[in-house]
Amino acid sequence: MRLSGLEPLNIGDDSLFVNVGERTNVTGSRAFARLILADDYAGAVEIARQQVAAGAQIIDVNMDEAMLDSKAAMTRFLNLVAGEPDIARVPVMIDSSKWEVIEAGLKCVQGKPIVNSISLKEGEAEFLRQATLVRRYGAAAVVMAFDERGQADSYERRAEVCRRAYDLLVQRVGFPAEDIVFDPNVFAIATGIEEHANYAVDFIRATRWIREHLPHALVSGGISNVSFSFRGNEPVREAIHTVFLFHAIRAGLSMGIVNAGQLGVYDELDPELRERVEDVVLNRRPDATERLVSFAETVKGKAKDAIEDLAWREGPVGARLTHALVKGVATFIVEDTEEARAAVAARGGRPIEVIEGPLMDGMNVVGDLFGAGKMFLPQVVKSARVMKQAVAHLVPYIEEEKRASGEAARSKGKLVLATVKGDVHDIGKNIVGVVLQCNNYDVVDLGVMVPAQKILAAARESNADAIGLSGLITPSLEEMAHVAAEMQREGFTVPLLIGGATTSRVHTAVKIAPHYAGPVVYVPDASRAVGVATSLLSDEQRAPYVAEIAADYERIRKQHLSKKGPTLVPLAFARANAFHADWSAYAPPAPTFVGRRTLANVDLAPIAECIDWGPFFQAWELSGPYPAILDDPVVGEAARSVLAEGRAMLKRVIDGRWLTANGAVGFWPANAVGDDIVLWTDESRATPALAWRNLRQQAERPPGKPHQCLADFVAPVGTPDYVGAFAVTAGIGIERKLAEFTQAHDDYSALMLKTIADRLAEAFAEWLHRRVRVELWGYAPGEALPNDALIREAYRGIRPAPGYPACPDHAVKAPLFALLDARSAGMSVTESYAMWPAASVSGFYLAHPDARYFAVGRIGGDQLEDFARREGISPDAARRRLAPNLG
Amino acid sequence: MQPDRTAELSALLDRRILILDGAMGTMIQQRRLSESDFRGAPACGLAGHAHDLKGDNDLLSITQPDVVRAIHDAYFEAGADIVETNTFSATSIAQADYGLAARAHELNRAAAAVARESADRWTARTPDRPRFVAGALGPTNRTASISPDVHDPAARNVTFDELAVAYHDAAQGLVEGGVDLLLVETVIDTLNAKAALFGIATLFDELGARLPLIVSGTITDASGRTLSGQTPEAFWNSVMHAEPLSVGLNCALGAALMRPYLEELAHVADTYVSCYPNAGLPNPMSETGYDETPAETARLIADFAGSGFVNLVGGCCGTTPAHVRAIAEAVASIAPRKVARRAALRAAA
Repeated sequence: MRLSGLEPLNIGDDSLFVNVGERTNVTGSRAFARLILADDYAGAVEIARQQVAAGAQIIDVNMDEAMLDSKAAMTRFLNLVAGEPDIARVPVMIDSSKWEVIEAGLKCVQGKPIVNSISLKEGEAEFLRQATLVRRYGAAAVVMAFDERGQADSYERRAEVCRRAYDLLVQRVGFPAEDIVFDPNVFAIATGIEEHANYAVDFIRATRWIREHLPHALVSGGISNVSFSFRGNEPVREAIHTVFLFHAIRAGLSMGIVNAGQLGVYDELDPELRERVEDVVLNRRPDATERLVSFAETVKGKAKDAIEDLAWREGPVGARLTHALVKGVATFIVEDTEEARAAVAARGGRPIEVIEGPLMDGMNVVGDLFGAGKMFLPQVVKSARVMKQAVAHLVPYIEEEKRASGEAARSKGKLVLATVKGDVHDIGKNIVGVVLQCNNYDVVDLGVMVPAQKILAAARESNADAIGLSGLITPSLEEMAHVAAEMQREGFTVPLLIGGATTSRVHTAVKIAPHYAGPVVYVPDASRAVGVATSLLSDEQRAPYVAEIAADYERIRKQHLSKKGPTLVPLAFARANAFHADWSAYAPPAPTFVGRRTLANVDLAPIAECIDWGPFFQAWELSGPYPAILDDPVVGEAARSVLAEGRAMLKRVIDGRWLTANGAVGFWPANAVGDDIVLWTDESRATPALAWRNLRQQAERPPGKPHQCLADFVAPVGTPDYVGAFAVTAGIGIERKLAEFTQAHDDYSALMLKTIADRLAEAFAEWLHRRVRVELWGYAPGEALPNDALIREAYRGIRPAPGYPACPDHAVKAPLFALLDARSAGMSVTESYAMWPAASVSGFYLAHPDARYFAVGRIGGDQLEDFARREGISPDAARRRLAPNLG
Repeated sequence: MQPDRTAELSALLDRRILILDGAMGTMIQQRRLSESDFRGAPACGLAGHAHDLKGDNDLLSITQPDVVRAIHDAYFEAGADIVETNTFSATSIAQADYGLAARAHELNRAAAAVARESADRWTARTPDRPRFVAGALGPTNRTASISPDVHDPAARNVTFDELAVAYHDAAQGLVEGGVDLLLVETVIDTLNAKAALFGIATLFDELGARLPLIVSGTITDASGRTLSGQTPEAFWNSVMHAEPLSVGLNCALGAALMRPYLEELAHVADTYVSCYPNAGLPNPMSETGYDETPAETARLIADFAGSGFVNLVGGCCGTTPAHVRAIAEAVASIAPRKVARRAALRAAA
């Protein structure tokens, strides 16, 4: 059978078993169903992506849910997936019990899909009609062993129905036999009902019969059904699937709809469990079900609350060190390291050999698992913590030896890392540092807000082999280009690595690389840092790697030059097409006070209840929507573990009062003046306290859609309106704790604390916004929304933050902080308008019921000049501030 | 409607490499026709048409049939066995740009009739070399699996059903006008091609008869994929259900850069393989818009033939009768590719 997505998938007699991913199925995956019903297609697409990443060779898509317009959902989902090359590369199995849904799906896929399913259920005429169309649409078909009399449930009936369907398809329709996949019905076994006991055996026998008697036809099945009676007991279900597949594949099962993350290895099953499962699957003894049920009780939950198994302590010291590193267990690391050191010393070896030998062996295992996608960032950072503690134990011995011999330890190379001037964000940079150190690179971490000259001086002084720059806010992009230019001016030749959330390959190629003749390489995430460093610092790989990057970036620059970007309309036109609120029909509500108020030492516990955990996983480079990520077959385990430790850290933070949450909030009379929003000092509305210059969308908009600007949501002069402002932080006091963790070689906890502080700051903003709506401004006194609705922003009013898409200019944070007197709350902004402490959020409140977030996007030269004029700065200064919106 | 000449074509294809024609658009451009030439005689009913028509090459089958006929004759004269009708953009969807959607059926029928007349004259002149007409069905300017809106990746500006109907109607005109084959060509989005094949299958059902098909994809850049992202083998898997007489590649990269993708396709397809590349990459400074000389194109195609990749060859954008003559001469003594049939997998024992 020859199938395709963007790439071919050919299944022949000698092919291995093909996994069909089952999780993009609303009937099989509750998480997927929830997302589709909530209209969260982006989240649903992520599930498809994870399925493919986890090894699904085909994805089964099913939208059969009573609450859904299944046809529309199938079309929309398949159209979305078509635009995702890492998903669309595999073929689709279009799964529905309704022909019209299948047909809608067939009209969306360019590859050759499989229809799941058609059958003789409605009689021969309908079967032949559907089969003819399946062929005409260019698909293969799963044919259910189902006819006018019902589902075939015995061996004989399965053979009879499949034979009849096969003959009809091949002889009457001219359907290629190789495009037929029979599904001889997987039914639940061990149900306690006598007639069900032989279901698995009959399925396996039918599979063998089909492969022997119906040439070229394949066999498939929905595997999870077989263990249905053990739902809730995952270890037993997994064992049943494993055993069932083992026998069915040997009988000729070609493919199956499975949760790839939930399959075990036949040989590795607990022998007693395997035997009892096999008794049930193969129906080997009358009491098989009772025996398995009683045994299952002992297995149940074993996976969940595993008692710490210390069997690994029995092994030799090298194996123990590897285990400790891979599992991230620090409990015994000092004593094991010491044992290894003593053994080396006893045979006259050097302490460094412990690092170069058993510890590096262990870290290599970690590196390999990480590289292969079998370990995830939180686990790797824990491994690094263990490694650091082991090394810390050895350092005095190594120093001692060095003093004696005067020789230094060898490393793979040295990198200087820094978050650039004006920026305070360093979580990603710290992760890169840890990952590099795990891989035996020396890292000189200069911290945050590091000016170019200091970076270059440090690089020269330490004789660094490469420099890595990081930054999160958009002004940092300019600063990185500046550092590159300075490196050029000062005659540097070492590679420059670029990373951070707002950086990109295109930006690096177009805006940074041209400033520096040495290699400039964009590093998309921490997992790539080692690969990039290895290539750049290896004598053999460096030249070809640099040439390849240079050619790639040259191509990107050419593409970028030739790309026209969106068509822009003149500013005057955009303004004429503004969003018009009906101010005659709307009375803007007045807040309960005018002016600012301080929020000092706010209780963290209620704030913590507003935490949105989604971005927490992104910070740890685990991709997937929360909470579905917790059940993800690939990253689920890592996600659950990092969440548990995040919650534990949160508890320590709250109980121990580690962090102080401060802020300021205020309301001012305000009006829109053109695209500016002017906040007045008082109700006389005569003296401006702050003029917030907003930008208006200028890209061509679909007919009927306005060119939006935040000023559209504030009433013009003549109608009394108000605007609020806030600045909050949850990062006061963090330094002391970070220093303690760093002292203890515990980067993991330091990173964890930073990610928790970030979450708390965001939650603080969410919590405060609710108070504003319900009480301080009070325009929604009756609002009662649960936390997930808050996260979805299902309330009235918005809180746009400078530097985000609706108001991309960061610079307004300076007058905003002055207006709020944020300094009294312990907050400030840097010269690049990053907030300090890093775990801070600030912004404005707009209350209009139609106020929505949007992205300003690309603006034209006319608006740039207009903005410069309004702001009273030179066009060049404006260009630097708005660079990301100028393309 | 012409009889189904699959058996005759297969016999010929087993014996030698057949020659397709070269570019139609390039030849038309060299005529430098004016807006009024495109509108044609008053009887064509286009004198008062509101939309500019210059550049709607497919319209010339009605308004300047002599120009089109002369180009077919030049290609037959140069040694082509099969010419393509002047219908690359003659679907109602593509003609909508000119306000001529309603005349799509007529355009196809007229173009087929012009080519049929030319082919029959050349067959009469050299009865030992029968000439054929392939009805060309191009990609249309709207694609079914690519979103036109960056903000909404699920959006589409044409549906499968709309495409299937448009292709059905175009193919109907071509069949009525007397083509011997249907050629779904320059496939940049396989879903469009599948809609075309669906429309054609529906038409064959209605007619109770069928004609041989050729499906020809386009690898648009050095990624080795179609515009919609498929590899050559994935493309074959997507269109094989139509059981085409031949599958191949045309246009875009030119022969030199097409080689690995043609090789891949020739390796997997259990049917005849065709190839009609552009005369190299586009060069706006050149007279025809392309650089390759007839000798260069012929040398590259002879290399494909010598490597056993092809059964039908010709030229696409930028090629001229001189190119076709050179190609025909270069492959005349080279044996065609042998087709390894997987027939057993289709008709079971």
